[in-house]
Amino acid sequence: MARPFDEELKTIRGKLMKMACLAEESIVLAVKSLKDRKEKLAKDVLKKEEAINLLDIEIDELCLKLLARRQPMAIDLRFITSAMKITSELERIGDQAVNIAERSLELLKLPLLKPLIDIPRMADLAQNMVKDSINAFVNRDGKLAINVCERDDQVDKLNDQILRELLTYMMQDPTTIRRAVDLILVGRHLERIADHATNIGEDVYYLAKGKTIKHHIEKNRK
Amino acid sequence: MRELKEKIEVRNLNFYYGENQALKNINIICQANLVTAIIGPSGCGKSTFIRTLNRMNDVILGVRIEGEVLLDSKNIYLPTVDEVEIRRRIGMVFQKPNPFPKSIFDNVAYGLRINGLKSKSKIEEIVEKSLINAALWDEVKDRLKENAFTLSGGQQQRLCIARSLAVEPEVILFDEPCSAIDPIATGKIEDLIQTLKINYTVVIVTHNMQQAARVSDFTAFMMLGELIEFDNTDKIFTYPSNKLTEDYITGRFG
Repeated sequence: MARPFDEELKTIRGKLMKMACLAEESIVLAVKSLKDRKEKLAKDVLKKEEAINLLDIEIDELCLKLLARRQPMAIDLRFITSAMKITSELERIGDQAVNIAERSLELLKLPLLKPLIDIPRMADLAQNMVKDSINAFVNRDGKLAINVCERDDQVDKLNDQILRELLTYMMQDPTTIRRAVDLILVGRHLERIADHATNIGEDVYYLAKGKTIKHHIEKNRK
Repeated sequence: MRELKEKIEVRNLNFYYGENQALKNINIICQANLVTAIIGPSGCGKSTFIRTLNRMNDVILGVRIEGEVLLDSKNIYLPTVDEVEIRRRIGMVFQKPNPFPKSIFDNVAYGLRINGLKSKSKIEEIVEKSLINAALWDEVKDRLKENAFTLSGGQQQRLCIARSLAVEPEVILFDEPCSAIDPIATGKIEDLIQTLKINYTVVIVTHNMQQAARVSDFTAFMMLGELIEFDNTDKIFTYPSNKLTEDYITGRFG
């Protein structure tokens, strides 16, 4: 039986998907501006962030309103609490994309340190994690959610690799430090984005299966 | 969580009104000193079920019952069991407050007197204790001689609870105790149920799912005379195992 409540939940879902799209686009633009050395793209990221922040507030308000007025139970309750968590993860992903854009604007003032290979690869992985975590949310797909969480390791490894490589640059030539540090930060921001996607994956797993997989809790509780 | 102790165990319970089967093979355990809530759509058999727990259905003509209801491991439907004694051990509070047309004091003293208690001081003592335990004493202590109908609906309901407590039951059955009273009075009854479970085993039938979620430790969901799901209340309201339970508690039918 269709309920008026379902329409309201659909609105939340729609807004979350829009927010996720914006967050993904921000990651792509931020890294593209860095790779292709285009200032405009970095500035576009700042604009997107405003839209993301607005959606964050809208979704939060909607969820709170529904908690108060509908007193949801079971799947509805899990959906709304997950949505509230996911929206704050997406908002932080937006912030990290802005951080990358800001690094990019700094780096554009200086000559290219080295061709970027691992950072775009990392960005790809992180962006796909965000995309899949939201797909898992929309389809309540616990398997895909776990799969997203498992991919976090790849991103961490790439980040370590970037750090090692840039360390050698800095040791060989101190004039590279400024740029290398900015690139290390970009790596760090991408790594955080993947962490946020992992958190979404964990929230989605709870939504779909009613079980918590955060912080390896099953193991630690025993 | 505290160790569980079975107070009531229902085994393979079938119940018929004439040709009509109202309960189908129900198996439930009500744990001592915990609250068990029964929820389900109208006509699902939840009231019929709760009435089988203290043989309140016996008075209806043409009913038939199969299976067992064990109170402390003894079947209350054995022919040797005195059903009046069962109803003393398992008290009941109904949907509409039903005080007797007597004074507040006499309402609570009623059960004691018909059980043959003569001592005036003892009766006074138990009446006071029962009214205190029903969280009504402070509101009525200066007007015990007034007619019970001068009380508000919520107060009348707590008077009925005091009346059932006076005969020192072990289990208290609530059949939609709040459906005829306002939210403030409902809150008081719900608080009271939390206190009562310290000394009693409580079973409550409620139309109000939020109420079941608020007051109970275990929840049973019934539909068309069948027990669909029975589990921890936390589990039922966050992640029910059965699709029907989920559809009901999220308001997709019922």
